[in-house]
Amino acid sequence: MSPISRGFTGRRRDAPDPSRIPPGQYLTRDFPVLSAGPTPRVDLSTWTFTIDGEVDEAVSWSWEQFLDLPAEEVTRDIHCVTKWSKLDTRWTGVSVDRLLGSVRSEAEYLTAWSDGGYTTNLSREDVADGRAWIVYRFDGEQLAPEHGGPARLLVPHLYFWKSAKWVRGLRLTADDEPGFWEGYGYHNHGDPWLEQRYQGD
Amino acid sequence: MARAALPGRLTWQFARVVETIAETPTAKTLVLEVPEWPGHDAGQHVDIRLTAPDGYQAQRSYSIASAPEHSHLELTIETIDDGEVSPYLTEELRVDDELELRGPIGGYFVWREELGGPLQLVAGGSGIVPLRSMLAHRAAVSSEIPTRLLYSARTLEDVIYRDELARAGEGVTLDLALTRAWPPDWAGLTGRVDQDTIARVTFAAGERPWVYVCGPTGFVEHVSASMVAAGHPADRIKTERFGPSGTGGS
Repeated sequence: MSPISRGFTGRRRDAPDPSRIPPGQYLTRDFPVLSAGPTPRVDLSTWTFTIDGEVDEAVSWSWEQFLDLPAEEVTRDIHCVTKWSKLDTRWTGVSVDRLLGSVRSEAEYLTAWSDGGYTTNLSREDVADGRAWIVYRFDGEQLAPEHGGPARLLVPHLYFWKSAKWVRGLRLTADDEPGFWEGYGYHNHGDPWLEQRYQGD
Repeated sequence: MARAALPGRLTWQFARVVETIAETPTAKTLVLEVPEWPGHDAGQHVDIRLTAPDGYQAQRSYSIASAPEHSHLELTIETIDDGEVSPYLTEELRVDDELELRGPIGGYFVWREELGGPLQLVAGGSGIVPLRSMLAHRAAVSSEIPTRLLYSARTLEDVIYRDELARAGEGVTLDLALTRAWPPDWAGLTGRVDQDTIARVTFAAGERPWVYVCGPTGFVEHVSASMVAAGHPADRIKTERFGPSGTGGS
């Protein structure tokens, strides 16, 4: 039980629908940028998206081939571990179900990897059944580089560090291998509704 | 990107405010006594949690300003006008008040003396806070690692830790860039930090510095892109950005 902070009342309970804001989060209307290093500049003529690792046969798409895949438009709330939540964000991209449908694999985990060296780990379950996408448009526009363009992973039911920016592939793994922030003490799973921010939460 | 050892669980603990220091018209340093503090590396941050009488809670992240070697934990908070938490911390909180916090958090944007140098720090506005921790760590261990700080602020009045930075000591070169207004006799840099400024007052890529850039998103994007263009490898450039909504978070 936390003690009361003398003189603190709080101001942001007037969210349109407080039931959509997970514990410890606050609503923002802008779109903050958080990255550990410089924003990579990506050459689309050599860009590929690859699924490999524990698969029968690795598969890879060029940028043009990727844009030809059937796309979905999704509107979701997103939650960053640095405490902001943003409602009704609108994205266009390809569902991870469809991409993983191109390979055969018994692996239960995967690592998303990105230009610039970033990685994050996920279970197959967390990216299955219409819960994850590789997106390349935000709010009707091409996804800006600082927000992860040309393409990023979108896994809106987990804290947003799992939605890897500048994603280049999914590597299927037999074991759950901690990614970049997971290795620095952030939670392995990252469910915002359970407030799984850091290891042990 | 190297991986650190997994730290232990982060539990909430109490900090007592022992002093508050007005740094600028809008920034204040909170000097905290944290009996259970596990120690930190320069560049890390903490989460703060406030609780209203009706049980409502708000959390935010703030960079640690003090060196690991200091006896107290210091946070420097920039007041965000329409903010929910920062005005409370800078205007309401007083000596002897208690604060709930947990940390340290983040392990990538850190500098330890053993990492070596040269050390190139680039700050925009209150982005100076975690870099001050690095400078204080450097001083505390009597490091001789060549260090440069390029610090961009709106006006001289907005420069946090001004006196302390001016006497940062041997081996530290400070370049202040004022973007909005400057005194008539100002001999330092003026205007927006651009590629030319960076070329003139930062370590060349050939010297292989570790580069730490912290500030508002636009500033960090611009500076880190310029450093890459100047030939610094991307994996030697560590960044921490804060947008209008975040403050010093990871």
